[in-house]
Amino acid sequence: MSERAPPVTATEEQHDDQETTREEPPESAATEESTTDAEPTPVTTGAESVVRALENAGVEHAFGVQGGAIMPVYDALYDSEIHHVTMAHEQGASHAADAYGIVSGEPGICLATSGPGATNLVTGLADADMDSDPVVALTGQVPTEFVGNDAFQETDTTGVTMPVTKTNTFSSEPDRVGTDVSEAFALASEGRPGPTLVDLPKDVTNAETDREPDEPRTPDTYEVQQRADPEFVDAAAERVEGSQRPVMLLGGGVIKAEASEVCREFAIEHEIPVVTTMPGIGAFPEDHELSMEMAGMHGTGYANMAVTHCDTMIAVGTRFDDRLTGGIETFAPDAEIIHVDIDPAEISKNIHADYPLVGDADTVVSQLAEAVEESPQATKWRAQCQQWKSDYSMAYEAPEDEPIKPQFVVEALDEATSDRAVVTTGVGQHQMWACQYWTYTEPRTWVSSHGLGAMGYGLPAAIGARFAADDDQEVVCIDGDGSFLMTLQGLSVAVRENLDITVAVLNNEYIGMVRQWQDAFFDGRHSASDYGWMPEFDTLAEAFGAEGFRIDDYDEVADTIDAALAYDGPSVIDVHIDPQANVYPMVPSGGDNGQFALTEDQL
Amino acid sequence: MTRDQGLDGPAPDERPTPAGRRNKQGIRIDPEVEARHEPRRTVISALVEHEPGVLAEVSGLFSRRQFNIESLTVGPTDEDGRARITLVVEEPDPGIDQIKKQLRKLLPAIAVRELEPDAMRRELALVKVNAERPDQVAAVADMYDAKTVDSSPQTATFEITGARQKIEAAIETFSQFGIREIARTGTTALARGTDDTAAPTPPESSASEANQQYTQPADDD
Ligand SMILES: Cc1ncc(C[n+]2csc(CCOP(=O)(O)OP(=O)(O)O)c2C)c(N)n1
Ligand SMILES: [Mg+2]
Repeated sequence: MSERAPPVTATEEQHDDQETTREEPPESAATEESTTDAEPTPVTTGAESVVRALENAGVEHAFGVQGGAIMPVYDALYDSEIHHVTMAHEQGASHAADAYGIVSGEPGICLATSGPGATNLVTGLADADMDSDPVVALTGQVPTEFVGNDAFQETDTTGVTMPVTKTNTFSSEPDRVGTDVSEAFALASEGRPGPTLVDLPKDVTNAETDREPDEPRTPDTYEVQQRADPEFVDAAAERVEGSQRPVMLLGGGVIKAEASEVCREFAIEHEIPVVTTMPGIGAFPEDHELSMEMAGMHGTGYANMAVTHCDTMIAVGTRFDDRLTGGIETFAPDAEIIHVDIDPAEISKNIHADYPLVGDADTVVSQLAEAVEESPQATKWRAQCQQWKSDYSMAYEAPEDEPIKPQFVVEALDEATSDRAVVTTGVGQHQMWACQYWTYTEPRTWVSSHGLGAMGYGLPAAIGARFAADDDQEVVCIDGDGSFLMTLQGLSVAVRENLDITVAVLNNEYIGMVRQWQDAFFDGRHSASDYGWMPEFDTLAEAFGAEGFRIDDYDEVADTIDAALAYDGPSVIDVHIDPQANVYPMVPSGGDNGQFALTEDQL
Repeated sequence: MTRDQGLDGPAPDERPTPAGRRNKQGIRIDPEVEARHEPRRTVISALVEHEPGVLAEVSGLFSRRQFNIESLTVGPTDEDGRARITLVVEEPDPGIDQIKKQLRKLLPAIAVRELEPDAMRRELALVKVNAERPDQVAAVADMYDAKTVDSSPQTATFEITGARQKIEAAIETFSQFGIREIARTGTTALARGTDDTAAPTPPESSASEANQQYTQPADDD
């Protein structure tokens, strides 16, 4: 980077307890040329045991922002092989960790200081909680003797994050602190994954300890059922064999459980049409004949017809979110539901399960595959599904004399990239087009904010995904202008780390999704949805040191995308799309999936 | 700018519609008979690790998920580091099922179960009344086995234990003298005989668990 002198930072600490001066570890001279396989030096402080716990768990990357209360941990990280990515904002750190977790399958790590650092993490934790993504957050905290006194940068972090984490802990013992982190790591990914948080008071991380952290292990009270009750499996298998209109509904849990393979085999062997939820995108190849693609609010018409008319639904790893089900009363109303989920609390939470199969998706679908001996007699049904695929085709019009259709841009990006390219998004219309018009064939290539719907997710997620993805996997962020504005400071990180990512901003100069709803439900009154003006994102990208591109016409699309993808580093394409483009099909909130609208006047 | 024309395909009213329907709880119903689950009151007992924040986790869970809770009590057990939380809740069957499962998911929870309708349930109340008619007050106290805890020229305070119904009856009878203040503990409960209050809820015990019949809890003593 530049040779400018680092800016002098005013010290934030008013309560800094500096009495703990640490001695150099005796072996420090030897560690200079140490490699990863060298015997690790014993820990001497709480902070070192925190970092050791991460190292033991195999952590390679962490995302965070420095600050007073977390400084001891950062000081210990200084000597570690773990690559720390300094983010521009803690929200970015938690989103990056989340995306890292989605793409790699291993918990993503984020760090922040107490108070504002911790509260800035919250959106990303809430997102991970909704989507059951494995994330570990480490937050600094004021020294224990100040806790409860409204000390400088004190926030009740465990209190604030309790509803948005799988579990969290206030770590109060120097001898336990490393093990607390190990446990948080194990809990983030075992069973139903989710975000965990360890709050680290500064006196605890500064304190001396020689306690090495225990192995990552979940506590005894944490029980996870892996195999479903064989009796229920047999009953479900019988139902599958006897069904005439079967559908598989694959949710995000399929991907998390690495069950895509077994689900594919099962569906293909028994020729069962497959629908996915939004987080389930990638669990089944969308170019396969049996694929009906995504169901729900902006799902394909054919997926929603299949869901509405099936007589048997094999639902795997889904929590039946309202964006999927629409109105409960009209969701798969003729179907007996076989529900496979690792979390018993998801069984019959929203949709009654006639066949509750609690367990790991990979294990349970294998059990089911073993139990099903005859394929269902569903030739007519499959023909019907194919008919729906042509009746409700997703084909759109793209007249040359009108502004570029966003669907065309998504298809062009898909065309220009490999099958294993990773897509991240913001939230809004562009996100839906990215679902609908990109053909996903591999798990862990679709990275989005599903349950929380957090604008600003796209760019930091692309950063996290870049570190988790293989070098030959492109990382493309399909963003909205509004969403990009929320976290585009992350470009500074992408440039500093020289990350090969491509951001395509589908720029409609609108809070487009809101504008679409206003046109449909609020008499076209565009209250606070019309930006009317947007910065030039290509110029802005250049100011950050990224490569900027702009597209206004159809004939620029392919070449510009190629150039942006070819650029070795972060690039941003400001694509000026038709501001009037809408997302269809659409099931209004609480509506009947089978009655999806194809045009505005059907709403 | 031209309005978006949307996609082609048969309009909603040209599509086939399914015959079935579900109720609000996601259970398939005969469209003719709108089956609904009525709320019922029951006692849920949870054995938990006695550590800071457990109570906040439990109460946070109930408010967050809008579970209807009537009372919550907590206290240590015979085992070090373990506490028992007793909850009286009022929900339809699927809600009660959710409460049990969500409680079980809390990390400090060791065992969660719904007690049988015949479980022993007790509550303690302190009732402070005006003591202008001491003889009559004493007679009422006697009727409900209430113990005198404190008396002054103006007031008498009684301790009443028993099932909720008994306490409510006592309070109502005492009210003729003028009640100055009341404090109630909420219900605590144990399973009867060799039935183990801390026995964990079995996993998904039956395919139609949410539809099962329930028996009205017997009024305790
Ligand atoms: C953090 C956050 N704030 C507000 C919203 C509400 N919201 C949903 S979509 C949307 C519009 C997003 O605009 P843009 O990113 O430009 O996407 P577009 O719909 O135009 O493609 C808004 C404001 C949200 N989802 N997240
Ligand atoms: Mg927009």
